[in-house]
Amino acid sequence: MSPDPAPLLQFRGVNTHYGDLHVLKDVNYSIAPGEIVSLLGGNACGKSTTMKTIMGLVRPTTGTVLFEGKPIERLSTSARVARGIAPVLEARRLFPRMTVFENLEMGAYTRQRDARFDEDLERVYGLFPRVKERRAQLAGTLSGGEQQMVAIGRALMARPRLICMDEPSMGLSPLFVEQVFDIIQAINRQGTTIFMVEQNAAMALQVAHRAYVLQTGVVVLSGTAEELRRNEDIRQAYLGEMAVGTAT
Amino acid sequence: MTSADLLLQQVINGLSLGAMYSLLALGFTLVYGIAELINFAHFNVFMVGAMVAMLTLQSFGLVGQETVLTGLPLIGTLGAAFAVAMLVCGGIGVGIERLLLRPLRGVAGPAPMITTIGVSYVLFNVVLLALGSDAKNFPNPLPPIAWRIGGAVLRLREVLIWIIALALMVGLTYFVQRTRMGKAMRATAQDPEAARMMGVEVDRVVMTTFFLSSALAGACGMIFGLYYNLAKVDIGFAAGLRAFTAAVLGGIGNVPGAMLGGVVIGLIEAVSGQTVGTAWADVIIFGLLVLVLIVRPAGLMGRLAPNKS
Ligand SMILES: Nc1ncnc2c1ncn2[C@@H]1O[C@H](COP(=O)(O)OP(=O)(O)O)[C@@H](O)[C@H]1O
Ligand SMILES: [Mg+2]
Repeated sequence: MSPDPAPLLQFRGVNTHYGDLHVLKDVNYSIAPGEIVSLLGGNACGKSTTMKTIMGLVRPTTGTVLFEGKPIERLSTSARVARGIAPVLEARRLFPRMTVFENLEMGAYTRQRDARFDEDLERVYGLFPRVKERRAQLAGTLSGGEQQMVAIGRALMARPRLICMDEPSMGLSPLFVEQVFDIIQAINRQGTTIFMVEQNAAMALQVAHRAYVLQTGVVVLSGTAEELRRNEDIRQAYLGEMAVGTAT
Repeated sequence: MTSADLLLQQVINGLSLGAMYSLLALGFTLVYGIAELINFAHFNVFMVGAMVAMLTLQSFGLVGQETVLTGLPLIGTLGAAFAVAMLVCGGIGVGIERLLLRPLRGVAGPAPMITTIGVSYVLFNVVLLALGSDAKNFPNPLPPIAWRIGGAVLRLREVLIWIIALALMVGLTYFVQRTRMGKAMRATAQDPEAARMMGVEVDRVVMTTFFLSSALAGACGMIFGLYYNLAKVDIGFAAGLRAFTAAVLGGIGNVPGAMLGGVVIGLIEAVSGQTVGTAWADVIIFGLLVLVLIVRPAGLMGRLAPNKS
């Protein structure tokens, strides 16, 4: 799948700094409506910084971030959520002492409480029957896998056009990892575009259409998932032979 | 009076003091929960609340305990004094946050806390210059109605204080638990970055928190005046310190904890004042605080290792 001529999200020459630390270096991404795009890379290469730049917790020092063709880098986080970008945060980051239902409500924070709220709630409960069962329970008491379901459900409650996921498989058992990736594909088939940071490259390349590879803040490779799965450097750096076996 | 009557009387007094400390403790706990800041200005926002309530009552022509009102005029006068004290104090709280603390947000170290101490002294000195240091006769238009319970006396003012404090606590609990802004406050207290990512405007949450906590201090100032029939520029320190102790005792950052802590401190103050002497009240209060913190470092209702980023 090649990038659509009218991308949903685009980074153009984005640089970000934390003080003197230069993290993203002249980065370009382009994500078309309907895609699942994965961002691969080792520790501390700027993956979470990419997510924070999309959400507005980090501002680019130079460069532009476009959503639906319009620059958003000056918008508040709240305005970005209202326009249709929702995050699934690294390590889930539910509100531990709020109930599962209240966490879902927080996902819909920028929206009016209308009939569509109940519609979206039913959709989340349909995707995750476990979440429905646990709706009155405090989120901090759920297992890691259940928390990840709530985190994804919380993002869906924003009725987003784009979901940005930061390492959705982190800390989950292999069984839950499978489930999470199945859900990601299901959500995508229902029309939501997904930009997903992953360290688990083998899994990510199974569900993603395309991927970027980030190394110390520089995009060193990009292409379709198929191309990247066959790429010799990727196989050596990110995919153990076992993983390649299951991936192809 | 038998000793049982004396005890009952002190429980009645203690509940009134407790209502006051609870309301004041809530302000410390709310601000701490959201901003991780001990707001020392709170001591004297409370004092300003007492003064504003007094001036409001005086503006209705009430002097000392001479004018007694009943019915609607009584309710209207008291309601107006509560409202004005709460709004003025809420406004002061918002001003402190907006003008002095927001520029310091994200500054590491004690700068924000020191700023609140400075504000506290500014408020103190402004009132000192404007109104003087003498103890003022706080107008109290309540009719002298009282009920006998055995040998103890329950006055109308006590019942009124309980009802108002309870109503404010129920209202606050409803706000925090059920409203959109209240949920945003809880989310921000638990994980500010995640709350922001949900679209919560943290600036508005912080401002609302300062408004609520300072408005409660204003109500508390009015209650203080009604209870003691006096207002004085230095009332903030003793009451504020006990209320702060109540917040820590209950578990700072924990709303029900602040309410419980306030009542516990109020009861200890009244009962120990009666049984072992007023001079010992503070010794017992702070001794208990130390003891509780040794056994439960997070306070009676607090959690250790709050889940914060
Ligand atoms: N708030 C911050 N302040 C300073 N440095 C940071 C901050 N957040 C991340 N960094 C640094 O930026 C680099 C990239 O971090 P991050 O984007 O979180 O990496 P990852 O790819 O593991 O998600 C790392 O060197 C990290 O230490
Ligand atoms: Mg990361």
